[in-house]
Order: sequence, then C-alpha cells, then structure tokens
Amino acid sequence: MTTRTGSPPSTSTPKTCIGAQAFVDALLQEGVEVMFGYSGGAILPFFDRLYDAPIRFVLSRHEQGAGHMADGYARATGKVGVCVATSGPGATNLTTALATAYMDSIPVVAFTGQVPTSAIGNDAFQEADIIGVTRPVTKHNALVSRASDLPRIVKEAFYVARTGRPGPVLVDLPKDVQVAQFEVSDNVEMDLPGYRPRVYGHARQIRLAADHINRAERPVLYVGGGVVLAGASDEVRQLARKGNIPVTTTLLGLGAFDEVGDADLALHMLGMHGSVYANYAVQNCDVLIAVGARFDDRVTGRIETFAPHATIIHIDVDPASISKSVDVDVPVVGDAKKIISELLGEIERRERSEWFAQIDAWRKQYPFSYDSKGTNIKPQYVIEEVCRQTESQAIIATGVGQHQMWAAQYYRWRFPRQMITSGGLGTMGFGLPAAIGAQVGQPGRTVVDIDGDGSFTMTLPELATAVEQNLPVKVVLLNNSFQGMVRQWQELFFNKRYSATRMQNPDFARLADAFGAKGLRITEKADVRDGVRELLETEGCVVADFHVEPEENVYPMVNVGKSLDEMDLGGLA
Amino acid sequence: MSRVNTTGMDAKDRKHVLNVLVQNQPGVLAHIAGMFASRGFNIDSLVVGRTEDPALSRIVLVTSGDEPTLEQVRKQLGKIVTTVKVRDLTEQTCVHRDLLLIQVHCPPERRGEIRQITEVFRGSIVDVGSRSVIIQLTGSEEKVEAFIELCRPYGIQQLARTGLIAMPRASQRNETGRSQRPSRRRAANVKPSGQTSAVPMPPS
Repeated sequence: MTTRTGSPPSTSTPKTCIGAQAFVDALLQEGVEVMFGYSGGAILPFFDRLYDAPIRFVLSRHEQGAGHMADGYARATGKVGVCVATSGPGATNLTTALATAYMDSIPVVAFTGQVPTSAIGNDAFQEADIIGVTRPVTKHNALVSRASDLPRIVKEAFYVARTGRPGPVLVDLPKDVQVAQFEVSDNVEMDLPGYRPRVYGHARQIRLAADHINRAERPVLYVGGGVVLAGASDEVRQLARKGNIPVTTTLLGLGAFDEVGDADLALHMLGMHGSVYANYAVQNCDVLIAVGARFDDRVTGRIETFAPHATIIHIDVDPASISKSVDVDVPVVGDAKKIISELLGEIERRERSEWFAQIDAWRKQYPFSYDSKGTNIKPQYVIEEVCRQTESQAIIATGVGQHQMWAAQYYRWRFPRQMITSGGLGTMGFGLPAAIGAQVGQPGRTVVDIDGDGSFTMTLPELATAVEQNLPVKVVLLNNSFQGMVRQWQELFFNKRYSATRMQNPDFARLADAFGAKGLRITEKADVRDGVRELLETEGCVVADFHVEPEENVYPMVNVGKSLDEMDLGGLA
Repeated sequence: MSRVNTTGMDAKDRKHVLNVLVQNQPGVLAHIAGMFASRGFNIDSLVVGRTEDPALSRIVLVTSGDEPTLEQVRKQLGKIVTTVKVRDLTEQTCVHRDLLLIQVHCPPERRGEIRQITEVFRGSIVDVGSRSVIIQLTGSEEKVEAFIELCRPYGIQQLARTGLIAMPRASQRNETGRSQRPSRRRAANVKPSGQTSAVPMPPS
C-alpha cells in the first residue's frame, strides 16, 4: 500500500500515516530529487518507504562519501544537498562531511536513524548521541521525538539550511518514530521564533560604503564564497566594472568572478598561496571591499599588518562574521545580492589609472610561474593542460593539499559554482565524492576531480558509486607519492625530515580498471597532452594517474606569521 | 593601526549580564554551554528557568571579557537557531537577585548573634541543627557576598548559590530609549566589600 507517494496530503478528511511515509512526503514537498546515503538497521523503515518514492537514491560506499556527495551536489547546483545514514557508526561517519559543509556554509540536510526513543541513553546497539556529537559542526540539529513533529522539523531543517548564512542541518529519526502512526495535518507551520536572517542592508551603511568606494584611489574587491552562495556574481561584476575596481577572490570565491572575460580586473586568488599581485594590491589598497568573505587566517596572513592602509567595508549575511578577527570600518549586514544592487546606484566610475598601472606592473613582474624545465611532469603543467582542453568550462572538484592550490592557481575560473573544494575544514578525500555529487546535479557538464594521491586514497571506494551510477567523473590524479603539502612544510620548516608523508601507493590505473572505471597511467611529460585528451574523451568514469615531480613546491607562499606581502617566491621571480 | 581582536582577558575585561530567551527544547542549554566552551568564552554563572511562556526558557548568564569578546558572545548566542532573543542587561537599570543557602557552624550560644546578622540582611534561618543553622538570603550579588564574608568567621560548612537572575525595571521600558538618561551602570565590577563597614544595606 504505497499509493500516496508524492502527492501532498489532500484537504478534507484527516489522514493517518507512519512517520517514515510522512518523512518521504516532506522530502518531496521540499522538492528533493536526489539523496545520497547508506542504509542500516535504525533507518530501515525510511528505506522501505523510499523504495517506491520518485527520488533518485545514490548509494555511497561510506557515509562520509554520501555527506560529501550531498555537499558537492549543493555546491554545484545551489540546491540543498540531502544525505541519509543509519544510527551510531553511520551517523558518526557523517560528521566530517557535516563539519566540511559547516565551515564552508553549504546547505546540506542530513538524516540519521536513531535507536527507538525507549532505548535512547541506554548504550543500545549502534546508538550514538549524534545530536550531541554534531552540535558544534551543524548550523542546527534536532531529534524528532514524536512522529507528529516530523513534517515541521523537516520543513524547518530545509529552511534553516538554505537561508541566511547557509549550513548543514541534521535531523535524528528514532526507529519507533519512523513506524508510529499519526494524523497528518495539512498545514505545517515552522516554529522558529528566534531565527530571522537579515536580508536588507542598512541604507545608511550602504551610503557610507559608497562614499568610501567613490573616494577611493586604490580600492580592491575581496570576494568570498558568500558571493557564490548569494548568487551575487553578476552584481559583483557590475560593481567592479562600474566602479573600475580590481577583484581578488578567496579559494571558495573562485568562479564568482570571470577571470577570462574580465581579465583586466582579475587579480586571481589572494592569501597564503595567492598571487603576488593580489596580495600586494590588498596590502596597498586604501579601501578594501570584502563581500561574503570572513578574513580567514589563510587569507590575511599576519593579522596585525593586514591591509594596513585600508578602510575596510565588510558585506556579510552573518553578523557574527563582522569584526570577528579583523576590525572593520563599515559593516553592512544582509544579503550580498540585495546590498550590492543597492550600492550600484550610488557608485561612480573613476579612472584610477595610476593604481591599475601599478597592478599591471606587479602582474607582469610576478605571474604565477613554475620551472618547466627538467624531464619530470610538472603538476602545474597538467592543470594548465586540463584548463586548456576543457576551455575553462569544466566543474572542478579537488581534494586538499598541493594539487588543490595548483588547481586554484592554474585553472582559469569563469563561472560561479565551478570550483568545488573544501576550504575551511580542508578535508582530504573531499574531491571524488564531491565530484560525484556535482555530476549528479550537473549531468550535462564535464566534472573533473583534480586530486592528489593522498586525498584520493582516502575516499577512492566511491569509484564504485560513480561506476554504478554511470557518472562520467574524470579524475586527474597528481601523484607525487607524497602527502605533498605536508612534505613541503617538512622541507621548509623541519629540515626535510619526511616523517610519515611518503606514500607507497597502489597502481591507481589498475585499481580504477578493477572498479569498472577506466584507468590511465602517464609517466612521461610528452604524454600529458594526449593523456588529458584521452581522459576527457573516454566515456564514463576515468582515472588518469599522472606521475608528477615528487618534490615540487607550491609558490608563492606566505609563511605562517608573515604579512601578506612577505612572500616566498621559491626563487622563481 | 592594529586590526587584532584579542579575546584574551585584560584590564578592560568587565562583567556582563546577558538575558537569553531560548526555545524550551531538549539540548538548548547544552548548545549554549558548548558554544561558550568551544569558543573559549567564560561563564561566571548561569541560571536557567521557565518563563511566563511555556514554550520559552530564560537563561541569565554572567560572563566577562573585553568589549570585542562580548560583542562576539552576543552575536554567537544570537546565531543559535533556538535562541529567540539576546539582551545585554549590563547597561540597563535592572533588578538583580542571587539566592544563597548557607550552613554556618552555630553552637547554641551563637544563635542570637547569627540571628541578628541575618535579620539585618533580611535573610531567614530556615533550618536549625544542634551545632549549625541554614540561612536563606536573597539580594544583589554584593549583598550576598558581604553576608558570606560576615559568616566566614563562624565557620561555613556548606554554601550554595543560584547565580544571578535579572530583569530590567519597568520604568526603563516605558521611557523610550536608553539615551534619555545617563545609564546607571550596575556596580558589578566593584569589588565586593569585605567587611561590615561597607555592607550594602538590604534593598527594599
């Protein structure tokens, strides 16, 4: 008897149903088309109802993978990503993915099974206090203790996840609640009396910001992931064009500004491994306009000397982000899209030819560069080749480490939601599952996971998911047989004592073949171009294992404790 | 120009009384306490109780820190989805109360003396044992602390305090705007006076 799937309950006569069915109905009400997850004992009633529901289910090989897939799906589409796991270990396996989404403000809703309410607190089989465990890594979480609360709590979960500063929400579903019969009510009303995200910026603050911008001689726009989340890329572009303001983006902001179409204004990424010209521009600007960015320590360098001459304007939806680590002069709290739209009306164009001449000089003197001599494959070259052959049109997911920074530096970013990377938490193993989620959400696009051997190995069983779901995810493995970024730090700060960073790797190409994907192995510099072509042209999921220079370093680099303009260029400039 | 927001304790640290209205749901207190712990904020005291609305609970907490830290505390509290309202009562005219139960060593010959002190402070003796009494006292923190100091020489056997609860005075709510009069700062950061000479008289 599963006939009422999907249809919202009709009016008139009161209807009863079980919690699990109400849950599925609530998901459909929220427009959920796809879920990622893994089954288990305490979540069985839900999976039984899901069996007939018009929701695509993507079975991961580990709950962490499911969480990252939901995250990648959300980042690539702007919709809420949904994942589900069972109680206990299933739930705890989700925590890394939730923490990843939390740090980067990604709207994800996670559902976990829980032991029956009567058993909670008794150390029952597969019991974990997941509400307690995930409290610091979710925007909100809730235990459903009565089936009749279920529709409301699900509605609240999606609302909280996607509004304001987005973030992950976890809902814990005890098994008895999933099977309890209850009377379904037609109106589901949320009960969030204290949750009022601010949307409109204060008019006076906006005017004040405009005054500062109009008077500025050396302004810089510092654009973060919040611009992507707010869908404010067009507004930021207009602001940059109309005001004639150069733009630098954070790691999560990559793609929020078209580095090719608006190349004259693009400063690329700033921060620890950012471009020299972006960091110099920030350190020398007189007005810094931060939009949807949070002055992360990887961006600011030594905070006492960050943007020392600048009046700082900070546009952010989260009041708690304002003056958290850096004192700002003109805070504007609200939705970036709305605020910049209003700001635009008051912005005047100024030439600022001296400032742009200075920036151009920096750009010419200090481009991103690497030593391309030698026989080994340089990882930067592989990325340049991927960028060239995908014409800057691919969605790129990454793991965490050197390859992530090279991708940020050498791919040219053109559109929002193009870069899918774990910025705040820095979660190794994010790349492959996030790429799978992105591919599910964007079936028409080329999705490339630029990964490292260390990161890739952490979640590589998800290749089975990609193959099972016929997802043509392309993995570019920059394999240096090291945990490269940690090795780089050991080289620079620990006298090359490579403690526990050398990796004895499997044959990734044969491993990919064993999973039913296609494996490629590229060891010669001369084969890179064809290798990338074969990767992109072969149908289905492909893993290209590029054996790259093992001890290549990421430069420029701002060492910890240094100012942004004190960069180590690795002897290249 | 320094851009640093220090969160460490320094000379500018002062006490703040925060009135936090939260949804009456399981785990809300753990959430708030956890937020304080994970962000390294201090809690000097914390009282939770029901309110006139069964759906809401009120948390009155006393915290200390410099102004930027307190700004973050207020914002982070406000960010918790189940938090309905955060109000800093520090700059407002409020009624503050702390409840004290104190068991004092009291042989029969000292009973008269102790009863007298208790009466001066408008406390009451709520239990009498052969060699001790339990005294109940309400009042401002200063008054309670002054009383404790007075009891100390007799020998304090047990002591329990609720921590501060507070409510803004009606006069202030009706008159619009705080700026209308100079804010009467609560003397929270005044050192509790140690001896009898400075005992604040019990308020009405």
